[in-house]
Amino acid sequence: MSLQNEIHFTSERLQEIDVLVKKYPGKRSALLPVLHMAQEDFGYLSMAAQQLVADTLNLRLMVVREVVTFYTMFREKPCGTYLLEVCTNAGCMLNGANELLAHMTESLGIEVGETTSDGMFTVTEVECAGACGGAPVVQINNEYHEKVDATYMDAFITRVSGGQS
Amino acid sequence: MISSDPKQVKAICFDRIHLENQTSLAVAKKNGAYKFLPTVLKDFDNERIMDEVKKSGLRGRGGAGFPTGLKWSFVPRLTGKPTYLLCNADEGEPGTFKDRDIMRFDPHLLIEGMLMSGFALGVKDAYIYIRGEFLHEANVLDAAIEEAYAANLLGENILGTDFSMDLTVHRGAGAYICGEETALIESLEGRPGRPRFKPPFPAVEGFYRCPTVVNNVETLATIPAILEFGGDWHAAIGVPNNTGMKIFSVSGHVNKPGNYEVPMGTSLKTLIEEYCGGLQHGTVPKVIIPGGSSTPWLLAEHYDTPLTYDAMMKAGSMLGSGAIIVMDETADVIALTRRLTHFYAHESCGQCSPCREGTGWLERVMIRVENGQGCEEDLTVLYDVATHMAGRTICALADGAAAPILSLLKHFPDEVRARLMEKAA
Repeated sequence: MSLQNEIHFTSERLQEIDVLVKKYPGKRSALLPVLHMAQEDFGYLSMAAQQLVADTLNLRLMVVREVVTFYTMFREKPCGTYLLEVCTNAGCMLNGANELLAHMTESLGIEVGETTSDGMFTVTEVECAGACGGAPVVQINNEYHEKVDATYMDAFITRVSGGQS
Repeated sequence: MISSDPKQVKAICFDRIHLENQTSLAVAKKNGAYKFLPTVLKDFDNERIMDEVKKSGLRGRGGAGFPTGLKWSFVPRLTGKPTYLLCNADEGEPGTFKDRDIMRFDPHLLIEGMLMSGFALGVKDAYIYIRGEFLHEANVLDAAIEEAYAANLLGENILGTDFSMDLTVHRGAGAYICGEETALIESLEGRPGRPRFKPPFPAVEGFYRCPTVVNNVETLATIPAILEFGGDWHAAIGVPNNTGMKIFSVSGHVNKPGNYEVPMGTSLKTLIEEYCGGLQHGTVPKVIIPGGSSTPWLLAEHYDTPLTYDAMMKAGSMLGSGAIIVMDETADVIALTRRLTHFYAHESCGQCSPCREGTGWLERVMIRVENGQGCEEDLTVLYDVATHMAGRTICALADGAAAPILSLLKHFPDEVRARLMEKAA
């Protein structure tokens, strides 16, 4: 029995999904792309969103959950307006990523993985972003920022905080 | 422009990378993209392409270094099933960041390489599996593909020939293991990326149990030059059995980190000193990881090793994807190893017990070693776990996880013991 759905894809999204599904030999191949769409549309993958994806692709909820929980980029909880993902793997670590991460959590007054109380910033630690030539790397809402230092992050945080208040 | 004289070749995959607006089809065409494609589609047949690729000596640039022509030759003909071509753009090995530059700066080169490869293999549907974090690169590719469709470079009856091929960009969602080709296939089928037991190999049973070729971005991007200038031309670049140019992603303690495409056989020292501006501190590297975090460490004594698959193996490591992580005298190798154990524990898919449990144990023990809560016996535990997980799993992730531990214990046992003593005191 499906969960009571209170969210829906727009008709444009559904058309997009129709086109997408035809690109694969099997419908299930569209699962990751459709989950990306749902996350983009609804901010995170709530149970209702996961049920919606399952219904849309005619899959069991369990199949969707198995995928959602396997892949790091799928989030089951809301995050801040700005998701700051700091790579601390080898290349970034050798170029000050741990110090940068410590600076960020300290200045925002949160732990790694937490969101500031105003809902503005979430700071997480991620695995190698594949941009080690620009270490340390911070992804801000899916956009790569390279050779980031404390000054750069402080300026960014001040700028977007000012714009919001 | 790529020189037809192999001695003069400065770049293959990066030949057009610094040109402005190379992502637009009009500009890319003006700079030579798709120039040779009509000749291939009209005058070449499957056998001739296979032959040139075999002669070229090209070895897979994703990490394993398996001969590309040989990999293609495993695809059975006349099975009545479609053959799929998948481009592995998952680029997740810590230290690797070369494919990203090809995709974001010269997407048409990859598309052209996939067209020629797809033509050779009789492919109708091809996919680029790109790591989910590369959203910008996926968008660049999507835009380039859209332009290619509009110009009849993709789709039905390409350039008026009988050849038709569709190409789709598919984003992953943050899982290192999806760079392993059978995990990539599982993921492309909408499942968690858990590697398949082999055989059957993907060439025989891959995507939807059909014949499938999985090639790395750099490998596919090399195909247009091989077909234009010939397999012998490519084989004359680099050194025997290690032919062609190779992109090396250099990171860590160098002054100018970045991607450098150099002839195979260039020495590590030349690359680091002449291209990368040398080390940040001192003149002698403490550790060099030559092929991504899963490859065994090299020391200063290996500084002159040529960058080839064979020489790296002889030196006790692997060329891998060409991801060179350099550490100078300031590096804390214990902290780095602990960080890598976290990576492998996080990325283990969990289906094989030695890896699922082993990676977790390595991380837990390394945390206490790093924090001075360890004891002499921990060295034995680390060694036992690392040696008992490597080679006992479906894929090579466990071997990759063991590599930094075994390298640390082999090369820096005194440093580890000193840490234990120092914190205990």
